[in-house]
Amino acid sequence: MAWRFDREAGQGLKLISPTFGYVLVMLAAPLLMVITFSFWTQDYLTIDTTLTLDNYREAWTQPLYQVLMWRSLKISLIVTVVTVLLAFPIAYYLSFHVKKRKALWLFLITVPFWTSYLLRVFLWKVILGYNGVFNTTLMGLGFIEEPLTFILYNLNAVVITLAHAWAPFAILPIFVALEKIDRSLLEAATDLGDSPMRRFFRITLPLAMPGIVASTLIVLIPTVGDFITPRLVGGTDGLMISNMIQIQFGKANNAPLGAALAVSAMVVIGLISAGIFFAGKKLGGRVR
Amino acid sequence: MQDDKTPMIAIRDVVKKFGSFTALHGITADIREGEFFSLLGPSGCGKTTLLRTIAGFEPTTSGTIAIDGKNMADIPANDRPTNMVFQSYAIFPHLNVEENVGYGLKTRKMPKKDIAREVAEVLSLVDMEGYGKRKAHELSGGQRQRVALARALVMKPKVILLDEPLSALDKKLRDQMQVELRSLQRSIGITFILVTHDQEEALIMSDRIAVMFEGQIEQLDTPEGLYRRPVNKRVASFIGVMNFLSAKVTEQTDTHLTLDMDALGKIDLPRDRLGEDITPESIGTVGVRPEMLTVLFDQSDWSQNKVEGEVVDTEYYGDMTYYKVRLPGRDAPLSISMRNTAGRSVVPPGSPVTVGWGAESIVVFGD
Ligand SMILES: Nc1ncnc2c1ncn2[C@@H]1O[C@H](COP(=O)(O)OP(=O)(O)O)[C@@H](O)[C@H]1O
Ligand SMILES: [Mg+2]
Repeated sequence: MAWRFDREAGQGLKLISPTFGYVLVMLAAPLLMVITFSFWTQDYLTIDTTLTLDNYREAWTQPLYQVLMWRSLKISLIVTVVTVLLAFPIAYYLSFHVKKRKALWLFLITVPFWTSYLLRVFLWKVILGYNGVFNTTLMGLGFIEEPLTFILYNLNAVVITLAHAWAPFAILPIFVALEKIDRSLLEAATDLGDSPMRRFFRITLPLAMPGIVASTLIVLIPTVGDFITPRLVGGTDGLMISNMIQIQFGKANNAPLGAALAVSAMVVIGLISAGIFFAGKKLGGRVR
Repeated sequence: MQDDKTPMIAIRDVVKKFGSFTALHGITADIREGEFFSLLGPSGCGKTTLLRTIAGFEPTTSGTIAIDGKNMADIPANDRPTNMVFQSYAIFPHLNVEENVGYGLKTRKMPKKDIAREVAEVLSLVDMEGYGKRKAHELSGGQRQRVALARALVMKPKVILLDEPLSALDKKLRDQMQVELRSLQRSIGITFILVTHDQEEALIMSDRIAVMFEGQIEQLDTPEGLYRRPVNKRVASFIGVMNFLSAKVTEQTDTHLTLDMDALGKIDLPRDRLGEDITPESIGTVGVRPEMLTVLFDQSDWSQNKVEGEVVDTEYYGDMTYYKVRLPGRDAPLSISMRNTAGRSVVPPGSPVTVGWGAESIVVFGD
C-alpha cells in the first residue's frame, strides 16, 4: 500500500502543480512577508528593520492578547465540535439511508453557498436580533415575555453563525469517507455478532475517521482566523484575535505586532491541527 | 442436539422479492449436518440471495428457514449460528489479521488470553501462522481468503456460508484451495454451504449440490447423480458437456420402450430408466456424454452399437483427445472424448471413423 500511496501522491502532485506554483506566489510570498514583518518594529509610519523579538514578547505577555487568543480558540473549538457533531448524522443519513437521488441531496446541501457569506451573516442578525424573527416568534407564541438578549452580539451568535456557514464543508468530507466504507465490512461485523451499536463504534466510526479529521480541520483552521463574523454579530464579548490583528495592521499602525500576533496564532493552530490529525490517525485510523 | 431426522438447515417454500422482481420462487431444501452442500447455477439465478436469507441479511418474503430445528424468522443476523465467508472477503482494513480473526470472539466477551489461543490455533489450521500482525493490504488474495475462512471457523458456528470464495483466485491456487477446503471441512465436520457458478468446483467439493435456475432449485442431488441422471436438458448442459439428439418412442411394451434416435438409430430401453416426471409420450430428446461414446480404431473392436461417421475436428490435450464427429443425417457433430492410451494414435480430421455406444449411456429427457 505504501508504494501505491506514493504513486497516487505523485500523480496528484503532477495534477496540481500549476495550482501549486500559483499558491507559491500568492500564498507563500505574502506569508514570508508577514513573518519578516513580525521581527521588525514600526513607529507611526517608519519601519525599523532591525530584527527583534519584542513583538512576540508583547504578543505572548499582554493579557489582552492572551484573552483574545484564548477566546478565539475557544470559539473555534466550540464551532468545530458543534459543526462536526451536527454534520456527522447528516452525512451518515445521506450515505446510508438515502437510496435515490443522493446527488440532489448533496446539491441541496450546497445551496447556502449561492448567497454571499456577508448576506448570510446579516440574515442571522435579522433572525437573532432584539426584534428579530426568533424573538418575535417566541414572544408571539407566548414562550417568552421579552426578547432574549443572549443570542446576539456575543459568543453564542458567533458560534451559531459560523456553525451554519461551515456545515456543508463539514458534511462533505464525512460523507465521502462513509461512502468509501465497503458495505460488506458492516455485514461481516454483524455476521460476527455485533449489534448495530457495537458495529458503529468498531467499524463505521474508525473507518470514517479520516473524513472526520478532515472536517474538523476544515472548520477549525479558518474559523480561528475569521474576523467578519465576530465583527458583525459578536459584540464586544465575541471579538477574536483576528479582529485585533486587523486593528494592529490598520488603526493602530503597528503592522509588526499584528504580524507577530498572526504568526503566533498560526503556530498555535498549526500545533492543534497536527495534534488532531495524529489523534485521528491513532483513533481510527490504523487505516492505511 | 438434533436427532438424525432433523436437517441442519430446513428451507421451506422460501420466496424472496425485491420490489416487483422475484429472486427466489419458493425454495425448499434440507441440508444435513456435516454436509458440504453447494448452490450451483449461472450468475443471477439467486444463489447469493438464498445464502443471504440463511445468514439473516435478507428477510424472506414468505417461507421459513430453520437452523438446527429452530425457526430463524425472528432471529437477526448477529444472533444466528452461521458465519459467512464473503465474496470480497471483507477483511477489516483497520485491524490486523489477529484482530480480524478474533473480532467475533471479542464480541462474545471471551477473555483476551483465550482469544489469543483460539486465534493462534485457527491460524495454524489455515496455514497462516506468523501472519497475525499483518494488515489486509499486506496479504495476497489467497491469504485474505484464508483469513476470512479463519474468522468464520474460529466462531465454531453450526454452518459456514461461503459466497464464491475462490472466484477471485487464479486457476492454480483455486484448484489447490478446492482440495484444501474440502479436506478441512471433512476434518472439522462443520456444515458448509458453498455458492459457486463453477460446475467443476461444485462437483469436486460437494456431498450434494442444488442446481438453481431463475430462483428455483432444478435438481438437488449428489455430484454423480447430477452428472449421470440430470433431470432436464438445462441441468444436463450446465453440468459438463452433453450431446443432445432428438428421439421418439416408436414402440412400447410393459417393461420396455423402443426409441428411434436421430443418427444413432433404434434402441430398447427398460421403462425404469425414465425419470419420475417423464412419460413416454413426452420424450423428445436424449443425451449422451462425450466420454460415453467411443471412436473405434479397428473395425473389429467390440461395441454394443456402432455407427459410421467422419471426424471433422480434433483437439489434442495430451491425456485426452476431443473429437467432433459428423454422423450421416445430422448437422451438428457429436462431441466425443477419448483417453489417450499407448498404441492409440490421434485420428486426423477428414478420416472416416466408427463410433461405438451403449444403451446404458443414454439419458432420456422429456420436452
Ligand atoms: N438488493 C437487491 N435489490 C434488487 N435486486 C436484487 C438485489 N439483490 C439481488 N437482486 C437480484 O436478484 C437476482 C439474483 O441475484 P443473486 O442472488 O446475487 O444471484 P447470484 O448470486 O446467483 O449470481 C439478480 O437478478 C439480482 O439482480
Ligand atoms: Mg452471487
